Amino acid sequence: MSKGFTPSPATPGVITANDLRMGHCVWMRDGRWTADPRAAELFEDEAIAELALLDAVSQADLVVGPYLVEAKRGADGRPEPAHFREAFRRSGPTHKHFQQAEAEASHV
Amino acid sequence: MFDARPQHNDQHREYLRHRTQQFRQQVQRRLDGSLTEEEFRPLRLKNGVYLQLHSYMYRVAIPYGALTPDQLRMLGHVAERWDRGYGHFTTRTNIQFHWHKLVDIPDSMEALNSVGIHSIQTSGNTIRNVNADAFAGAADDELEDPRPWAELIRIWSTDHAEFQFLPRKFKISVSAGKQDRSAVSAYDIGLRIVERDGQRGFQVWVGGGLGRTPYLGQVIRDFLPQADLLPYLEAILSVYNLTGRRDNKWKARIKITVAERGLDVFRADVEAEFAQRRQQFSGLDQEILRDLRARFAPPEFRDAPVQGYEAARAANGAFRSWTDTNLHPHRIPGYASVIVTLKAPGATPGDMSAEQMRLVADLAERLAHGDIRVNHDQNLVLPHVRKADLPELYEALRAVGLATANFGKITDIISCPGMDYCTLATARSIPIAQDIAAHFRARGLEDEIGEMKIRISGCINACGHHHLGHIGILGLDRAGVENYQITLGGDGYETPTLGQRAGAGFPADQVVPAIDRLVDAYLELRESPDERFLDAYRRLGVAPFKAALYPADA
Ligand code: HEM
Ligand code: SF4
Repeated sequence: MSKGFTPSPATPGVITANDLRMGHCVWMRDGRWTADPRAAELFEDEAIAELALLDAVSQADLVVGPYLVEAKRGADGRPEPAHFREAFRRSGPTHKHFQQAEAEASHV
Repeated sequence: MFDARPQHNDQHREYLRHRTQQFRQQVQRRLDGSLTEEEFRPLRLKNGVYLQLHSYMYRVAIPYGALTPDQLRMLGHVAERWDRGYGHFTTRTNIQFHWHKLVDIPDSMEALNSVGIHSIQTSGNTIRNVNADAFAGAADDELEDPRPWAELIRIWSTDHAEFQFLPRKFKISVSAGKQDRSAVSAYDIGLRIVERDGQRGFQVWVGGGLGRTPYLGQVIRDFLPQADLLPYLEAILSVYNLTGRRDNKWKARIKITVAERGLDVFRADVEAEFAQRRQQFSGLDQEILRDLRARFAPPEFRDAPVQGYEAARAANGAFRSWTDTNLHPHRIPGYASVIVTLKAPGATPGDMSAEQMRLVADLAERLAHGDIRVNHDQNLVLPHVRKADLPELYEALRAVGLATANFGKITDIISCPGMDYCTLATARSIPIAQDIAAHFRARGLEDEIGEMKIRISGCINACGHHHLGHIGILGLDRAGVENYQITLGGDGYETPTLGQRAGAGFPADQVVPAIDRLVDAYLELRESPDERFLDAYRRLGVAPFKAALYPADA
């Protein structure tokens, strides 16, 4: 899905992967990983992004399947997803039972 | 070969212990860096461990859908201890836990092993979990119980050295009723137990499969004597193993091998191989089969008067409606098979909570001879329930939201996990299923519409069997927006048919209105309430339904 994607100031990107041990989604910032998608680093420069991706790939002891994917710069300057797949990776499953179960769990 | 139900067998227990220990070490070696992800991935997949969008997913096989109460309880325990309190039953009668952590999976695996279940060959290019009729041993139209055969196939195929690196995954299904309830035409190999001139045998189907190029299976052998089953299966597998394509993953399934080479050429190769293989079978398989038949002996059915049941039906409309819809005829008078649909309005198709699992396990122990099945429609079945016990069972199920009277109805939808979980998805499928179910529940039309099979997949891989739905829905990504294609007239059973694409896809919020128009057209056009949607479609063809779907074009 990130194949052929080249970041630019008009179409910035983020680097994302799954945590090796736990499996959850993580995003890259300054060569490290965060579970907060809004803290992800926005890459606007192709060369910098490529280097960061190489760094991400070299961290195979921490993450699985890192890739560079298009994102948008939100009004507050933080990244927003450009495609619904990435939106779901950020939000978690959207279907009803799941959200209901989560809501109930947080009320107890 | 190793023996089956491990709780009865030390050798099998030892085998599972060894396998799980091996996997524990593989996880350890991945974590300490001695295995790369490229090396580890096929190893974890061999054990049913996938990485999905938000988490690892752990897929566990439920061979031919059969569970004991202890096993179901253990699934509940695993869901609670290492997952998020629920599991997802699939059309292939596996259970998928969507929220496992890699570091926990060896413990979870070990817990499951303690009740004899495992995840071996639930992924990878091997022979996968064997499916059979969920009403096995109970159905009134059954020639014989297919479970001993399914178990024999499982024993034979598990760790079969020759078939660990097939060109692609391989799925087998066994059906034993006069009616096919196992969708044999959609499998790599489908087996129907048949009788000819007083002799039992198998009608063997080959080359079915859905995915991006769907094919219905064809009959490769109209009658195979029962004793020849394993050598014949082995002949098919070995011909496929050698002639199946390995250059292109999308052309590697046996359906393509058969289609490209032609059934007759393929059959000739199989028959030649069969003649050889047959010599190599010493009869051990038939000895094992005898043991298995004893192990799957029917429970001790107990007579009980059914007056109480009839009285409850007369007195309680909701109970009557549930018994009208969710029972399947049993071969013993005074008994019925009960379908516990996992399709309550608003529920996720196939999802079941740990609490529900425990409750059903207890009920099965108390009221259903300790026998539980998972069926192809992502529901559970209690195959043997005395009618006298149905009122009590119904009330207990109702208390945990498991007594929805909708088996085979428009709200009993098969849905794959789609983009709420799956990395391969191009769109979501569960929310579409939920919206359709909620809509028709609100319109109160389920009974009026009668039998209606809606099947939804979140991508072309077709895990939700959408090609076989009376109405099939396929979720796609059209220029960055979810879009849903509708197929009509599919049928997986008696008259296997692939659904036909109706036309352009719909955006997510237009799917329910589209199905609504389709249903209204059907209700208008049918000759009588007995004419199902599928029958009306077959009688009238696609035109009037297309007109309903696309009124602007009409
Ligand atoms: C991680 C989740 C899953 C992955 C990665 C996955 C992958 C696939 C792929 C790649 C295919 C196409 C195979 C081909 O055409 O060669 C397929 C087919 C299929 N899968 Fe899945 N699947 C997943 C979950 C499920 C679930 C949840 C179900 C049951 C609800 C299921 C049941 C099936 C069935 C019935 C088919 C079509 C029959 C066939 O041709 O094999 N799968 N799956
Ligand atoms: S059909 Fe596609 S989206 Fe659905 S489970 Fe299969 S691979 Fe995933």
